[in-house]
Amino acid sequence: MARILPLADAVAEIVRDGDLVALEGFTHLIPFAAGHEILRQNRRDLQLVRMTPDVLYDQMLGVGAAKRLAFSYGGNPGVGSLHRFRDAIEHGWPRAIEVEEHSHAGMAARYVAGASNLPFGVLRGYAGTDLAARTTVERITCPFTGESLAAVPALRPDVGIVHAQEADRQGNVQLWGIPGVQKETVLAASRSLVTVERIVDALEPRPGGVVLPGWTIDLVAEAPSGSQPSYAAGITERDNDAYRAWDKTARDRSAFLAWMEEHVFGGPSPYHDLTGTPDAPTPTAASAETAR
Amino acid sequence: MSAVTDNAGATVGEIQTIVAARRLRTAKVVFIGVGKPSTAAILAREIYHPDLVLVYESGTIGAKPRRVPLSIGDGELAETADAVVSVGEMFAYWVQAGRIDVAFLGAAQVDRHANLNSTVIGDHAAPKTRLPGAGGAPEIASGCGEVVVVVPHNKRTLVEQLDFVTTVGHGDGFAADGTPNSSFNRAELGLGGTGPSAVITDLGILEPDPVTRELVLTELLPDATVEAAREATGWDLRVADDVARIETPTPDELAALRELVSR
Repeated sequence: MARILPLADAVAEIVRDGDLVALEGFTHLIPFAAGHEILRQNRRDLQLVRMTPDVLYDQMLGVGAAKRLAFSYGGNPGVGSLHRFRDAIEHGWPRAIEVEEHSHAGMAARYVAGASNLPFGVLRGYAGTDLAARTTVERITCPFTGESLAAVPALRPDVGIVHAQEADRQGNVQLWGIPGVQKETVLAASRSLVTVERIVDALEPRPGGVVLPGWTIDLVAEAPSGSQPSYAAGITERDNDAYRAWDKTARDRSAFLAWMEEHVFGGPSPYHDLTGTPDAPTPTAASAETAR
Repeated sequence: MSAVTDNAGATVGEIQTIVAARRLRTAKVVFIGVGKPSTAAILAREIYHPDLVLVYESGTIGAKPRRVPLSIGDGELAETADAVVSVGEMFAYWVQAGRIDVAFLGAAQVDRHANLNSTVIGDHAAPKTRLPGAGGAPEIASGCGEVVVVVPHNKRTLVEQLDFVTTVGHGDGFAADGTPNSSFNRAELGLGGTGPSAVITDLGILEPDPVTRELVLTELLPDATVEAAREATGWDLRVADDVARIETPTPDELAALRELVSR
């Protein structure tokens, strides 16, 4: 059964320097609060994994917390470049990082293989691309049909961290909306932490709901608005203005560091939108109704 | 060819979006990313084709967005979808299994055989410009029935030589007698689908030659010229014998597009 701890205690217990850490959330349920807590605890030399490094990994790479990154798409969705990600790769600032890149299909297959306790994932992919020579992929032959397929190594993170809408007091978790690779991340990882919007007495089944039984999770921590500026469907809304504003902040090294000092290293704080205004996220009609 | 036509006041970008939307008149299921392709697909669903199924790589199948989303994971996509699936399922059961007819893709560079680069400008080990990377593109282009590429028309984008092959289009193409120019072609690589069927730019439409698979300028936007298109292409662009003139957006198309983006 998962233990429910305060976020700072949970992060302190589960993340160590040098760990292979996956913080997942495919545009939805991105565990910002947990990522910021990792930075406040000054974890170093992390080997970060994430399909879509977005603003959170821009922040983690920008303060030099990682020595390695495995990913499949490093952009600010709908806005443009991730400037800290680019600065790290193009200029080694604030430190050089080793990069392993895949396609989305390859990364997803790696997570599914990890969650399935298989050594590799298999897919039709990578053939003819320049990626094939620059990443961990091998060709294998189907023993039944002779078809040539791509094999990618299973992902088994030391630590898997995701955000979800709800947990009950036994640490059973339910999430709904875009499920991304949340389930695979928890099941593939040696140690797992799920941050949740709220802890409730009993989980109410939701359409499309994904349930992770408490005994598959190590730690649960309450982190209201903990995925902002991404969102938790039915509870918070994606802060598109914050994603747009990040483009300007992250372009400049000193503006970035000042922002991090104020919003992350200044201490645990409720969600501040990235335009700098301390503000509670906008509750949606659905969450207002749920809260009654 | 007629002289300057009346575009009903549409900008080039608006015309490009409408041209892309028209491409979906007969599609059943379209896979889309953000930006112009997303706007085009939502427009197509609203004005030509209410049954068009929009699939986003965030796992939303049959999304019916009322507004153009900023990201492929905006809440409205999941709320209005027929089904919402995990990323692993999206790429395995839906893309790889060949359930999607048409995919829209963008790219930083396109070559004469419609191979795409979205990874890096310069050397991969020491990049001049690090781009976002592959995302879903390589397997979308080998799993979906056909690919429509939407890019700006300039020499920086339409290049003689890609800095990096992120996504295979038509490889090295074929000689006029149909023999492959090298082993770098879709059949040899075992890729599914027919690959890029069109590159829609802000000057016109390029389509692969049926035999050589080299891109040929087949249609021009209302105000564009063959000379401008050739000038803005990084290789010696082939031009069809009779280049068609793309129909000027109708007032209804333009009004619907503007209403959509203003929501």
